[in-house]
Amino acid sequence: MALEDLYREVILDHYRNPRNRQALGRANAVADGSNPLCGDEVRVELLIEGGEVTAIGVTGHGCSISQASGSMMGDAVKGRSIETIRTLTGRFKGMMSIDGADEPGLDPSRPGAVLGDLEALQGVRKFPVRIKCANLPWTTLEEAINNFKAD
Amino acid sequence: MIDTDAVRGDFPILERRINGRRLAFLDSAASSQKPVQVLDAMADIYRNSYANVHRGAYTLSHEATEAYEEARHKVAVFLNAASDEEIVFTRSATAAMNLFAYGWGLNNLKPGDRILTSVMEHHANIVPWHIIARHTGAELRYMELNDGFRLDMEGARDRFDERVKVVAVSGMSNVLGTMPPVNEIARLAHEVGAVLLVDGAQLVPHAPVDVQTLGADFLGFSGHKMLGPTGIGVLWGRRALLESMEPAEGGGEMIRDVRLYESDWAEVPHKFEAGTPPFVEAIGLGAAVDYLSAIGMDNVLQHDRELTGYALERLAGVPGLSIQGPADTVDRGGAISFDLEGIHAHDVATILDQEGVAVRAGHHCAKPLLRSLGLTASTRASFYVYNVPAEVDALVDALGVARRIFGLDGA
Repeated sequence: MALEDLYREVILDHYRNPRNRQALGRANAVADGSNPLCGDEVRVELLIEGGEVTAIGVTGHGCSISQASGSMMGDAVKGRSIETIRTLTGRFKGMMSIDGADEPGLDPSRPGAVLGDLEALQGVRKFPVRIKCANLPWTTLEEAINNFKAD
Repeated sequence: MIDTDAVRGDFPILERRINGRRLAFLDSAASSQKPVQVLDAMADIYRNSYANVHRGAYTLSHEATEAYEEARHKVAVFLNAASDEEIVFTRSATAAMNLFAYGWGLNNLKPGDRILTSVMEHHANIVPWHIIARHTGAELRYMELNDGFRLDMEGARDRFDERVKVVAVSGMSNVLGTMPPVNEIARLAHEVGAVLLVDGAQLVPHAPVDVQTLGADFLGFSGHKMLGPTGIGVLWGRRALLESMEPAEGGGEMIRDVRLYESDWAEVPHKFEAGTPPFVEAIGLGAAVDYLSAIGMDNVLQHDRELTGYALERLAGVPGLSIQGPADTVDRGGAISFDLEGIHAHDVATILDQEGVAVRAGHHCAKPLLRSLGLTASTRASFYVYNVPAEVDALVDALGVARRIFGLDGA
């Protein structure tokens, strides 16, 4: 288990310079997520218009894996339809599950690989105690979508 | 002085290699490792003398009962308790704190009364009081820390008044290592007629404790942090107070007589030990007490202090590292929590683990304390009888690896 598999440069870059780190004034879908055991916290705020996420804010604090995962997630879902986001979420969680190696989206050379930067998080699977860190923003995203209230 | 070579030879797990590295186990404040003497004592009961205690009139039950009560005696001697009957076995330190909170607090507190604790407490000495305060209408008040990570006794003085009925404070913080002045707190508590509970989960494993001079009225601790097994803890209490206290659990073993609509309790300590007790674990704790007594608790404290002093010195040389806890080893135990700028505690712990160094990362079950320090998580290294300076060096080297991976070493 090489630490380099876990701490890829792209992950450290997202951790140091998190994207979409903003409070959305006019969010209409919001959720808070936390890992009570380790204290990681993530807040996901979405503006959903016409079935699309037109703006996203991901805030919180925690380890490099949870915060980088949230930063990359924001980039991946912005401008996407709710349906596409649900597919992405499924692919991401598939990538994170120990036996999910055959899921599309794992291998950049494979057709259907759409996770992009997020695939850098594959290495997390080799560190089982950290998988929940990577999943936290995505679980919170799902909750936010479920909390969506149209005006 | 501890002969650490001999001690380490008693702990088979220390032979393990983790991720190809020699294990440096620096998380004894969470739970300590076990010497063969403890493992053998428990295996011996299971193999040769196992039957339920205080029940059957046959040889095996008699032997198990004798061994269980012998363990109680060992713990009583270890603490210099007035009698074996002052030792109540529980399943953990948490259970001991809850037994006191429910057994004493629920029956003695009323609206307007105050429970005084401190911000540096473990959740096990906070959450039970939230529950008891809700049931009784009593209010919870806190002693604060000063800038040196010690209890602010000056500021705390005016919190001791006749409304305070119980004071519940840790004898050694599991996060800061701080050992507050229990004697002084006892004097202040007793002046206003309050009862003092000391959370000894960290204190009892790491320092000599004599309940005749400690000043506390109750003391809770667990076996697994002092070389003993999991599933066993102790509530020591002054006999008269234990006798006046209600049981928190009802069941077998704790009764004198049971009729259809009421029952009478057994004598202390049995009235607090409902059901089949964790007697094999108690016997394991007895063996752990023997082991620690053979080393000598003064030596244990001295050994921890020397390692702590060395670690404080070495950690001071790690760029970006800040320690949450007293900067010297006076009235301080061997738990060192720190923050490494630019790297979250979980990342630190993952990287250290790859280097064979086991440390705790997180809130250490002390969220109010971490919040008051402006943190959500920290890394903690802690020491015990089997740790050596080379493991402090391994910790410092591994922190260097963490800084390199996160691009913080300026190279």
